Amino acid sequence: MKKHSVLPGFGLTMGFTLLYLGLLVLIPLSMAFLKASSLSWDQFWHIVTAPRVLASYRLSFGASFAAALINAGFGLLVAWVLVRYSFPGRAIVDGLVDLPFALPTAVGGLALTATYAPTGWIGAKLAAVGIKAAYSPLGVVIALTFIGLPFVVRTVQPVLVDLEREVEEAAATLGANRLQTFRQIILPAVFPSVLTGFALAFARALGEYGSVVFISGNMPMRTEIVPLLIMTKLDQFDYAGATAIAVVMLVISFGLLFAINILQWLNARRLSAA
Amino acid sequence: MSIEARGITKTFGTFTALQDVSLHVPTGELVALLGPSGSGKTTLLRIIAGLEIPDAGAVLFDGEDATGRNVRDRRVGFVFQHYALFRHMTVFDNVAFGLRVRPRPVRPSRQGIRDRVMDLLKLVQLDWLSDRYPTQLSGGQRQRVALARALAVEPRVLLLDEPFGALDARVRQELRRWLRRLHDDLHITGVFVTHDQEEALEVADRVVVMNHGRAVQVGTPEEVYHHPASPFVYHFLGKVNLFHGRVEDGQVFVGEIAMGLPGDAAPDAAEAKVYVRPHHFDIDRKPNGRGHFRARVVHINPAGPQVKVEVLTEWGEMAHVDLPEERYRTLGLGKGDEVYVSLKEERVFIET
Repeated sequence: MKKHSVLPGFGLTMGFTLLYLGLLVLIPLSMAFLKASSLSWDQFWHIVTAPRVLASYRLSFGASFAAALINAGFGLLVAWVLVRYSFPGRAIVDGLVDLPFALPTAVGGLALTATYAPTGWIGAKLAAVGIKAAYSPLGVVIALTFIGLPFVVRTVQPVLVDLEREVEEAAATLGANRLQTFRQIILPAVFPSVLTGFALAFARALGEYGSVVFISGNMPMRTEIVPLLIMTKLDQFDYAGATAIAVVMLVISFGLLFAINILQWLNARRLSAA
Repeated sequence: MSIEARGITKTFGTFTALQDVSLHVPTGELVALLGPSGSGKTTLLRIIAGLEIPDAGAVLFDGEDATGRNVRDRRVGFVFQHYALFRHMTVFDNVAFGLRVRPRPVRPSRQGIRDRVMDLLKLVQLDWLSDRYPTQLSGGQRQRVALARALAVEPRVLLLDEPFGALDARVRQELRRWLRRLHDDLHITGVFVTHDQEEALEVADRVVVMNHGRAVQVGTPEEVYHHPASPFVYHFLGKVNLFHGRVEDGQVFVGEIAMGLPGDAAPDAAEAKVYVRPHHFDIDRKPNGRGHFRARVVHINPAGPQVKVEVLTEWGEMAHVDLPEERYRTLGLGKGDEVYVSLKEERVFIET
């Protein structure tokens, strides 16, 4: 196991890593399981399969998935523009991308609500054609797209920078048209990074609370997300109930991220297999 | 197919990459664009391929104007310096790419593609690696895949950008000869870019020497090597010693050696540049009646087919001399010896 290395300190750094992960991630999360286990199995099942809770699962996972998907496409486009073209104000646009990271999410939620509410600037126009943006599942998707934007852009950008122009030129000299070059050459090269960005955006969206509660309207069965339900239960001092929902959320999230990681790993292995 | 470039000019911002360059490559010939970096040779190649649009001038294929034609429709095979292979595709898929992207009516059948790709991989001696990925290949193998991929679309012209630039010396030598043989078998019109004069002289039918965005000399390897048109070409093609001489009474003097003037007479006291290749010197122990200068041996490197001797001339300049091994043994030279150096051949350029 122990290999000689010019850089010492494996024991020390590994020890710290385990300590940090333990203190910050593993122990708190296992407390959730512990708390939930104070319920009997029947009680647990009753709580996590209540219609209102199931509806919130559907909304949380559905909206997060939709938002991450939008970000995958849109983020790829933004990254492409930022890498491939130089235009006045590129640095500013590049900086704007990170704004959802820096902003308190509640501020983002307020701003989005003001814009997309039926009285808002865009919301009024959407309402005119019969689309309700804020206070509907669509509003949730908008908020989750907003907070997930930087992930795909920032993961795809370095890959696009590394993508040699020559490869595209080679495809052109071989007679490929632009669509063929994009689909068969560029997309396969950036796909792993898009997938990573997608996974990050998805994970972030699942846990988002601040921006969504403003724009969703929090109507039971319609626009309640899982974190909101957990908060509601906590407000009623129903700690066991809150952790029960949290545990389900945790298991599903872990499963999904695990699946995405396996996909990544398979992809990487295919490209570098000896 | 013949290639012609007429009065090509190309600028990038304030940098002039090519200035009124014309070039004619007859059908079936292999031409080298030779020059230092920044001389515009790669830009010229990319313009011929259609990867770059010239500011002025025209590119003609078989006498037909192709300047405005898209890269896709030019049917040129282009081999990039860093291979530009598709990393997510196997060797087979890389080579098949050009055939598979063809519109359905002209696309070969699945079996047709398979046969053609395997034939090409056999040609480049890589059929046994068809299911590997590019990252699993050596540099020389990758370059051969790139070549097979370029040939798959049956190009009318083959263009190679520094094809061996990224390879180590030994592989380079091998691939160079191999490319020459391949060209002789296929008889495809070809242009390749190189900064390595040895490569250009060995492989090409004709060499175009480029400098500062201009074609400074065009000729067979023999012509450009033995009759360089300018000091630059002389310098660029092989090792050379430069002496500064002075014109007196219609002769050029370097040390005590008098030389005839090239062309017309030059005014007295004009500066003359005298170029001598290392193997055009001879070394003697005693003055032998020929023109000579005195020098002291500073360094001797006897490893190699020619013995490399460095001497310090009587006027304090270093000169590199290549001696045949036999001659070196007869003389029994040693470090610090005082010797007489004479010239078998030289080239004089008068500074104006």
